[in-house]
Amino acid sequence: MNPVPLVAVAGNPNAGKSALFNALTGARQKVGNYPGVTVERHVGKALLPDGSPVELVDLPGAYGLDPTSPDEAVTRDVLLGKQKGERLPNALLIVVDASNLDNHLRFALQLIDLGLPTVVALNMVDLAKRDGLELDAARLEAELGVPVIETVAVRKRGLTEVMERLHGLLLAPRAIRAGDGPSHDPLNLQRRARDIAMAAIVSETPVRRITHRLDGVLLHPAAGPLILATILFIMFQAVFAWSAVPADALEAGTMALGEAIGNALPDGVLRSLIIDGIFAGVGAVIVFLPQILILFLFILVLESTGYMVRAAFIMDRLMSHAGLSGRAFIPLLSSFACAVPGIMATRTIDDPKDRLTTILVAPLMTCSARLPVYTLIIAAFIPAQEVGLGIGLQGLVLFALYLSGIVSALLAAIVLSKTAVKGGGGAFMMELPKYQMPRLGDVAIGLWQRAMIFLKRAGTIILFTTVILWALASFPQAGPGQKQSDVSIAGRIADGIHTVVAPIGFNKDISLALLPAMAAREVAVAAIGTVYSLDAEDESNLETLEQRLAGRWSLATALAFLAWFVFAPQCISTIAVTRRETNGWRWPLFLVTYLFILAYLAAGATYWTAVSFGLG
Amino acid sequence: MTSSPTSLDQLKIGMRARISTIDWESLDHGEACRLRHFGFDEGVAVQPLHLGPFGRDPLAVRVGRMTVAIRRNHARAVSVIPEAA
Repeated sequence: MNPVPLVAVAGNPNAGKSALFNALTGARQKVGNYPGVTVERHVGKALLPDGSPVELVDLPGAYGLDPTSPDEAVTRDVLLGKQKGERLPNALLIVVDASNLDNHLRFALQLIDLGLPTVVALNMVDLAKRDGLELDAARLEAELGVPVIETVAVRKRGLTEVMERLHGLLLAPRAIRAGDGPSHDPLNLQRRARDIAMAAIVSETPVRRITHRLDGVLLHPAAGPLILATILFIMFQAVFAWSAVPADALEAGTMALGEAIGNALPDGVLRSLIIDGIFAGVGAVIVFLPQILILFLFILVLESTGYMVRAAFIMDRLMSHAGLSGRAFIPLLSSFACAVPGIMATRTIDDPKDRLTTILVAPLMTCSARLPVYTLIIAAFIPAQEVGLGIGLQGLVLFALYLSGIVSALLAAIVLSKTAVKGGGGAFMMELPKYQMPRLGDVAIGLWQRAMIFLKRAGTIILFTTVILWALASFPQAGPGQKQSDVSIAGRIADGIHTVVAPIGFNKDISLALLPAMAAREVAVAAIGTVYSLDAEDESNLETLEQRLAGRWSLATALAFLAWFVFAPQCISTIAVTRRETNGWRWPLFLVTYLFILAYLAAGATYWTAVSFGLG
Repeated sequence: MTSSPTSLDQLKIGMRARISTIDWESLDHGEACRLRHFGFDEGVAVQPLHLGPFGRDPLAVRVGRMTVAIRRNHARAVSVIPEAA
């Protein structure tokens, strides 16, 4: 059986490659990882003019066949037929930006020399025209010796012709061979590219480019940072304002569905598993989906307009003090809402070491799941009084918690980039692409793919974990007069945890809450609530949870608990996504270990300091 | 008329220049590779366009038809001859 022919789509970053790929394949796409590396593999199906299917693979953008990043290495290896998990393409579609020919032809020449049947898409000819550039496609075709088609991917111009040409090449019987890789002197190649570009340019009218004018404002030393701050402010407003309704609806929907299914079942283990295990656990995590999607909506739009690189440009200097690049800024900022999209957004960081450091410190940013824990403890233990100048003590404590997250993330980045992730940093070399209007379709495809990654990767691990946590808490079942939390395996584990955490001031109740909080941090609140309502059935239920806590925990214990949650990596989704993004268990294990050690030390230091001030 | 050679990081914003030499030795392999990919080469026209707002770093430089961001310490490796205004 002949496999469906494979066409590789290759080109420089910012050539409009993915837009062309999206336009040719529509929504018939699959995203996965190449085996052994964290480089995404995008494949899609398209139809040739005779109706037969063809598979397209969107290779990572590259500047040449001499790789400077893992992405570029994959591009080279696929084209040389050496990439695991990919067959040698039957044909090649090279995408070049019409307004950046001298640069993009350099890579195109290398690609053509590989000897695969090739079509060149002279993309974004409309924008080149806007910039006063008149090109001769026929002349370019003569110089390159392969078909050249003018395209405007976002307006679907030239797509039929591209498919016709590819069809013609695929029909022609031709021995396909893997090339030998780059054999050219880089400087000669560059000069040849420039000569061909010169020949293909019919006329060039100097116009003041829109991009240049926009950069005059957006990269202005004073206005630039202000505009960036404004955009980010709007982004965060949206994340919290728009997500409340769908998040509540999702949570209510999950609970209702769980109860409906549960009520149909007889009272017993199965029912408990479904309601208290699966639906409660999945519900606790799925409520973050709206936030994650809204964040990604902003990230994708900022990325596709070309603004994201400008934001990195503005922030690079400040980030460099922490041994990171400007590219780390948006992922880290996103982690204030949720570390999951933050870690997923690190894909835009080219340097693998910089990327790893960013992933490892992202969970230190105070995400929204910590807020319920913080607000409960602060409300219970910190008096609502002013410290002067209209500043409330409660707000001050919350601010201090946020600040300790940021400061420790930066310190951790400095230490990590000098130790565990040594050798990264320093390189910040990026193209500032021209500004473009974002296209709804491309953003929608990106959003859909992110949502699927979250639901699939995080979802399966979450389901698995919540079922285990449920089983630990439910077995063996308590007999009459026994407390479930004493008898269950979870209770025994909590006893073990308690001996470890007693020195940092944690009581048995906290130990009981720490285990279920592994699913997601805010579950700790529900767990503490359960402990106190279950154990206090005979008392009056008029007492609020805050009052109960205030009566049972010392202030030193409460402060230690807060300090613990600044660091503790208690979020299965984050660990799952870290595993996916670092391609193995090594770094997630490292992450969990170093954060638990920090959490333990911070809580201990807080507890004993507080005790020495007589607050124990 | 040509002005005296200087390095890319010393060039005033908006000033046009041509690259005279690049000290490839001062860059590591990846950095040198990336600069070549961006089209940095002897004889190529360059023009600094913007500076980062904090500490005047990094630089946005027009090189050929492209605008790229590089850090000041890398720009130092690029010697240029300013073009007469």
